[in-house]
Amino acid sequence: MSAVIVISPADNVATALEAVEPGCVLADAGGVIACDAIPRGHKIALRPIPAGTAVVKYGSSIGTATVDIPPGAHVHTHNVASARGRGDLVAPPAPPAPPRLAEPPDNGSGA
Amino acid sequence: MSAPRPAFQGYRRPDGRVGVRNHLLVVPTVICSAVVAERVAASVAPIGVSLPHTAGCGQLGPDMQTTHDTLRAYCGHPNVGAVIVMALGCEQVVAQQLADEARHAGKPVHVVAIQSEGGTIRTTERATAMAKELAAALERAPREACDVSELILSVKCGGSDYTSGLASNPALGRVADRLVALGGAAVLGEIAEIMGAEHLLAARALKPETGARLLRVINRVESEAMSLGLDIRGTQPAPGNIRGGLTTIEEKSLGATHKGGERTPLTDVVGYSARITQKGLTVMDTPGLDVEAVTGMVGGGAQVVVFTTGLGTPTGNPIAPVIKITGNARTAASMADNIDLDVSGVLEHRETLDAAAARLFDEVVTVCSGRPTATERLGFREFAIYRRNPTI
Repeated sequence: MSAVIVISPADNVATALEAVEPGCVLADAGGVIACDAIPRGHKIALRPIPAGTAVVKYGSSIGTATVDIPPGAHVHTHNVASARGRGDLVAPPAPPAPPRLAEPPDNGSGA
Repeated sequence: MSAPRPAFQGYRRPDGRVGVRNHLLVVPTVICSAVVAERVAASVAPIGVSLPHTAGCGQLGPDMQTTHDTLRAYCGHPNVGAVIVMALGCEQVVAQQLADEARHAGKPVHVVAIQSEGGTIRTTERATAMAKELAAALERAPREACDVSELILSVKCGGSDYTSGLASNPALGRVADRLVALGGAAVLGEIAEIMGAEHLLAARALKPETGARLLRVINRVESEAMSLGLDIRGTQPAPGNIRGGLTTIEEKSLGATHKGGERTPLTDVVGYSARITQKGLTVMDTPGLDVEAVTGMVGGGAQVVVFTTGLGTPTGNPIAPVIKITGNARTAASMADNIDLDVSGVLEHRETLDAAAARLFDEVVTVCSGRPTATERLGFREFAIYRRNPTI
């Protein structure tokens, strides 16, 4: 079995079909040398991906690099941020829900 | 000479729709009659099925409407041959309206109300006698040859990992493309899991307004999630998806959307449990939670569900067969009792995607002709209605 698969020529990451050890040369990905351990199913950078630029898989952006990612590095939640559904970035936290049942008044003890 | 058109052995209903199962549906109008409904259905299992749910009262506005629409849709569904509506008597859901839906579709139907019947024991006895009579008639009903263009295929994924986007979803997408090319229909739900891939689907819209509707629904779901002030990554991708190698919702969506085909036109965008009327691909406004999504798509009229999984998930549906396929060889082995079809050969270069899709298409036809799926054999008949507002 091939060690990694590149889905679209536009992609800057490949997917590991088996765990890849650091130092492994990936013939299916243009000879990129893994610099991290890549668990099975996880992604490896094929080219330098500068911080703030798109990580591309299936020919489309899957998010933005949060740090400069070198070729051969493990690409996952530690160095990629989603651009979608980021309520944490744009909205203040929702106010706490009102109590569902009557609660006893706070007696000031902190209990 | 052209190959014969694929056909399955189904049940042609008086209203013109075609079913792939012939269930007696015992539908509780409200949570308060759910246990009795389940007992009555169990007395004639597996023909008898129930829809245990937690709604039917204490709901306002859109949620009440969704509950009503969903229960009514199941009463009229072509996989259902007869209906017993199990009411309590004081609930919001109107038993008679559910019964009318079944009657208009030409199905035998009874309404039983616990309060007027005089308690659960008498109700159970009376409804069980009705169920035995109806089930005996359903058992005798013959199947007949039906064209695959009569099918509405629900496409679904759950417990996704890296194999879903590489093998099982593209194989399912090819089945959806082939079914639609033969005149059938497919339905894709899970709006949150289109987020990041909507440009690909919108580009396939037959009419610009359909593409615009899709984008509006996706924007609404994204805004609802963002209004909580949280990162959607708390739930999308799910923790298991992230362990499996999926990093963002965009990546999950791009892999997930493959299951809606590569070339099938997007012909409609509909609300939860709304009747699917267009050939081609319909997108339904459902949440990503597996059981709520499948409940809605079957409510819309899908007779069969193909559910891809990487990590392995067991859930089914009360009235529609749910076919489980995986592209993960480890899952195919470790959860063999839950999996109907293994397409992991695609990633191991033992099988092409087209060959895997051909096997899956044949599996769909065989299951529609009556062969039970893993979910049916194991009795997985989960049902959950989408709720968006608090219980009042």
